Amino acid sequence: MSMAASTESQVQANAPATAPPPRRPRRWPWTPYLLSAPGLALFAVLLLVPLVMTFLLSLNSFSFYGGIENVWQIGNYADIIADSYFHEVFLRTFRIAAVVTLLCALFGAPEAYILRRMKSPWRGLCLLIVLGPLLISVVSRTLGWALLFGSTGLVNQGLMGLGLIATPIEFMYTETGVIIALTHVLVPFMVLSVWASLQRLDPQVENAALSLGAGPLTVMRRVVLPQIVPGILSGSIIVFALAASAFATPAIIGGRRLKVAATLAYDEFLNTLNWPLGATVAVLLLIANVVIIVGCNRLVERRYKQVFE
Amino acid sequence: MNRNGPLALIFHVLFLGFLLAPILIVCAVAFTSQGYLSLPTEGLSLRWFRAIGDNPEFIRAFKDSLLLGAVSSTLAILVAVPAALAIARHQFFGREAIQALFLSPLMVPHIVLGIAFLRFFTMIGLGGTFAGLVLSHVIIILPFALRLILAASTGMDRAVENAAASLGASSWTCFRRVTLPLILPGVASGWVLAFINSFDEVTMTVFIASPETTTLPVRLFLYIQDNIDPLVAAVSAVLIFLTVAAMLVLDRVYGLERLLVGKGRD
Amino acid sequence: MAYLVLDQLTKRFGNWTAVDNVSLTVEKGELISLLGPSGCGKTTTLQMIAGFLDADGGRVMLDGQDLLAKKPNERGLGIVFQSYALFPHMTAAENVAFGLEMRRINRADRDRMVADALKLVGLEQYGDRHPRRMSGGQQQRVALARALVIKPSLLLLDEPLSNLDAKMREEMQIELRRIQRTVGTTMILVTHDQSEAMALSDRVVVMNKGRIQQVATPQEAYDRPANAFVANFLGRTNLLPGMVGGSAGGTVITVADSVWPVAQPMAAGPGALAVRPEKIGFVDAGGLSGTVLARVFQGTQWLFEIETAAGKLMVIRQHDGSPLPAERERVMVGWRADDMAVMPADPDTASGAREAA
Repeated sequence: MSMAASTESQVQANAPATAPPPRRPRRWPWTPYLLSAPGLALFAVLLLVPLVMTFLLSLNSFSFYGGIENVWQIGNYADIIADSYFHEVFLRTFRIAAVVTLLCALFGAPEAYILRRMKSPWRGLCLLIVLGPLLISVVSRTLGWALLFGSTGLVNQGLMGLGLIATPIEFMYTETGVIIALTHVLVPFMVLSVWASLQRLDPQVENAALSLGAGPLTVMRRVVLPQIVPGILSGSIIVFALAASAFATPAIIGGRRLKVAATLAYDEFLNTLNWPLGATVAVLLLIANVVIIVGCNRLVERRYKQVFE
Repeated sequence: MNRNGPLALIFHVLFLGFLLAPILIVCAVAFTSQGYLSLPTEGLSLRWFRAIGDNPEFIRAFKDSLLLGAVSSTLAILVAVPAALAIARHQFFGREAIQALFLSPLMVPHIVLGIAFLRFFTMIGLGGTFAGLVLSHVIIILPFALRLILAASTGMDRAVENAAASLGASSWTCFRRVTLPLILPGVASGWVLAFINSFDEVTMTVFIASPETTTLPVRLFLYIQDNIDPLVAAVSAVLIFLTVAAMLVLDRVYGLERLLVGKGRD
Repeated sequence: MAYLVLDQLTKRFGNWTAVDNVSLTVEKGELISLLGPSGCGKTTTLQMIAGFLDADGGRVMLDGQDLLAKKPNERGLGIVFQSYALFPHMTAAENVAFGLEMRRINRADRDRMVADALKLVGLEQYGDRHPRRMSGGQQQRVALARALVIKPSLLLLDEPLSNLDAKMREEMQIELRRIQRTVGTTMILVTHDQSEAMALSDRVVVMNKGRIQQVATPQEAYDRPANAFVANFLGRTNLLPGMVGGSAGGTVITVADSVWPVAQPMAAGPGALAVRPEKIGFVDAGGLSGTVLARVFQGTQWLFEIETAAGKLMVIRQHDGSPLPAERERVMVGWRADDMAVMPADPDTASGAREAA
C-alpha cells in the first residue's frame, strides 16, 4: 500500500495509517474442482486406464498355445515395422484416407458454397438432406452402397445402360468401392466445416469486389476461396482422421480380403485372438490420429489466426 | 450474382443424388416382393417388413439400443452440466486441460476405444454386460453433450446470476431457478445429439457387445457380413424412416444446423 | 451519523491498483454519484460493495455492520445492473417477486408488494410481459422495481442510463429522482456522464485513476473544482498557466499580463487558473489581453476563441443584443475573483483537493 498517495485522497485528515484487514468469507476455491469431479473420475477410470492398459497390452507377446503372456517387449512394434504385409495395410489405409479427403474437399466445399447462396426455404431443405445422413447409422448407409455395387448392382446396370462400359466394373471388395462409400459417409462433415466458416463471411465483401471490377471467377478465386480455406482445412483434418480409422464401411465394402488398419485390428483381436498385436495396431492408429488432428489444427490456427481473431 | 447459376444447380442436384442414392435404394429394396435380392425389383410388398417380426433378435436389439441411448445420454448430461458450469464460470488451474480431456474422446478412433474397453471390461468382469456398454457410450457421447451445454453456458448473460445472488438466492437456488432454465435448450439438444451418437455407434460396440446385449447397428453389421438380403434392408428402412421423422421434429423444434454445428463457437 | 462508510478500500489486479485507498462517508437517504472516466475505479468500487469482487484492503461499514464479512446474497443490497440483468425466462412480475421469494414472503403479501413496486415505476400493466417484449426503458424500470421491492438498505446503480437514448435518458433521470425522493433509499450511482451526475446527485464523488479527486455538491464541484482534473471533467473550463506569488496585499497569481487575487494562502510557484467560459466577460482594463481568433453564433449564445499570451481561451456570452467584439479585434477579458479557482500546476496530484461541504 502506498502511504504517500493514500494521505492525499482521504477525506478525513486524521485517518489511521493502516485499516485493519477485512473479515471476508473465504470464497471456496474448490467449487470448480468439485463440479468437474464426477467427470474427472469417470474419465480417469474409463478412458485413461483402458488406454494405458491397451498400450501395455501392445507390449505383451502372444503365442498360439500360451495365449497372452505378461512380458514387456516391443516385438509387436518391430513386427509391424518390419513386415511388408503391415506396410501394405497401413499404406492402403492412408492412401484411402487421402483420396477420400481430396474428394470430400472437391465436392463438399462447392456444395457448401452453393447451399449458402440458396434462398430459404430451399436452403433449409437442402441442408436437411445434406446433414440428415449424419443421423443415420453408418451401417445402413454402407448397406445401400453394398446394394448399389456388385455386378448386377444398379451402378453397373446404369453405366452399362448408358453405354459407358461393356462389362460390369468391380466395385465391391475394391479400394475404389471403399473410397466411394467413405466419401459418401464423410462428405457431410466437410460441408459442415466449410459451412461454419462461410457463416463468418460478410456477403458484402463479394459485392465490394464486384463493384471494383472483378469478374465472378476472380471474386471466387481471390476473395471467397481464401476465406474458406481454413474451413476446408479443418474439415479435411476431421475427414482424414475419420477415414483413416474407419471400420464399418471398409469391413462391409472391402470384405475380408481388403484390409485397412481398423479391420486388421478387429481381425487380430476377434479372429486370430492375438490381442497384443491388435493392441499394437490400435496404439499406432491412435498416435497417428492425435498427431494429425492436433498438429494440423495448430498449423491451421497459427496461419489463419490473424485473419479471423 | 448471389444466385446460383445453372452449372451450380446441376452440380448441386447431382450431389444430392449421390447423397440420397444409397438411402433410397435401401428403402426401395425393402419393398421388394421377391424372396431374394434383385434390382430392379419386380413387385412391391411388405413381406420383408412382416418378416422382421419373425426375427425377434432385431426387435430386441432395437429396444436395447433405445434403452442404451437413453441411459447413456442421461448419465452424460448429469456429468456434463456441472463440468460445463465449472469450465464456463470459473478460472482455475487446469481448466484448459480438463476441457481438453473431456473433449478428447473425439480424437480417439472408436476402434481403439473398442479394443481398450474390451480389454478393460474383461479384466474387471464387465465384459459383455449392459453396464459396460453404458459406461463406454457415456465416454464417447459426453463431448457432444458438453460442447452444446458449454456453448449455452457461455452464451448466457452472467449478470443475471449476480442479480439473483444480490436478491438473496443461494448458489443452489440460483442454479435451479435461474441458470438451469436458461441453459435448458443447450442441455436438451445435448441430450438429443448424445442419443443419436449412441444409437448409431457401431465400431466400438462391435467389440464389447455380447450376443445377449447387442445394439441394432451391431446386429445389422454382423448379419451383413454374412449375407445381404432384403430382410436387413427392411430393418434399415425402418430405421431410416424413424430417423427422418425424428430429424424433421428436431429441425422444427430446435434447428438441425444448430444441433450439428453448435450454437456459438467453442 | 454516517450510514455507509468506505474506509481505505483498495483493489489491485496484479501490478495495477484499480481502487487506491478510497474512503467515503454517505448519509442515510443521500443520492451520491461515483463519477469519472472509464477505468477510474468507480465500477470496481461498486462491485466490492456489492460483493462480486473481493477487496484487497479496507473496510465497508453499513449502518455499523461490517459488509465485507457477508456473502453477496446476504448483504441485502439492491442492485440495478448496466445490462439490467432481468431473468429472461420470467415475466416482469416474477422478476420483481424473486427477491421476495428468497425472503420467504407469503404469496398474498408478495403479490401486493410486487403490484406496488410496479406502480411506483409506472408499469402496473406490464406485470405479465417478458423482458424481451419490453423496451430498454421499461426493462430498466423493472430492474429498478426488482431492486427496490426488497426494501434494501442501499441501492447501487451501475451506469443505469447509459443504454438508453437521449430522450429516454432525460425522462429516466427525472423518474429516478422522483422515486428516490418518494422511497428515501440511500443510493449510489456509478456514471461517466457528468451532466447526469450533476442532475441527480446530492453529492458527487469525482474519481480518477483509482482515487477520489473531490467530494462535493454538484454546484460546489462545478464552481470550485479542487484540481485541474475535476475542472476539466465537469463542464467546460479554461486552464491558464500562471505564477503564484506573494505581495503586500496577499497571495496573487500572475497570468500573462493580468494579476488576480488568490483567496487561500498558497505556496509560491507555478500554478494554474481555472475559469468557466460563461463566467468570462469583456472588460476595458485590468484583465487579460488577447485577440479574437474566431466567433461562432449558436442561437442563444456566442462562442469566442481568444488567443492570449497564456494560451487559447474559450468564452461564451449570451446573445442578448449587447455589443460583442468581432474577429481579429484586440480585446481584454476579465472575471470575478469568486468565479475562478487556482490550483498547483501539476494536475495529477490531488494535494489541493479538499472537501467542500
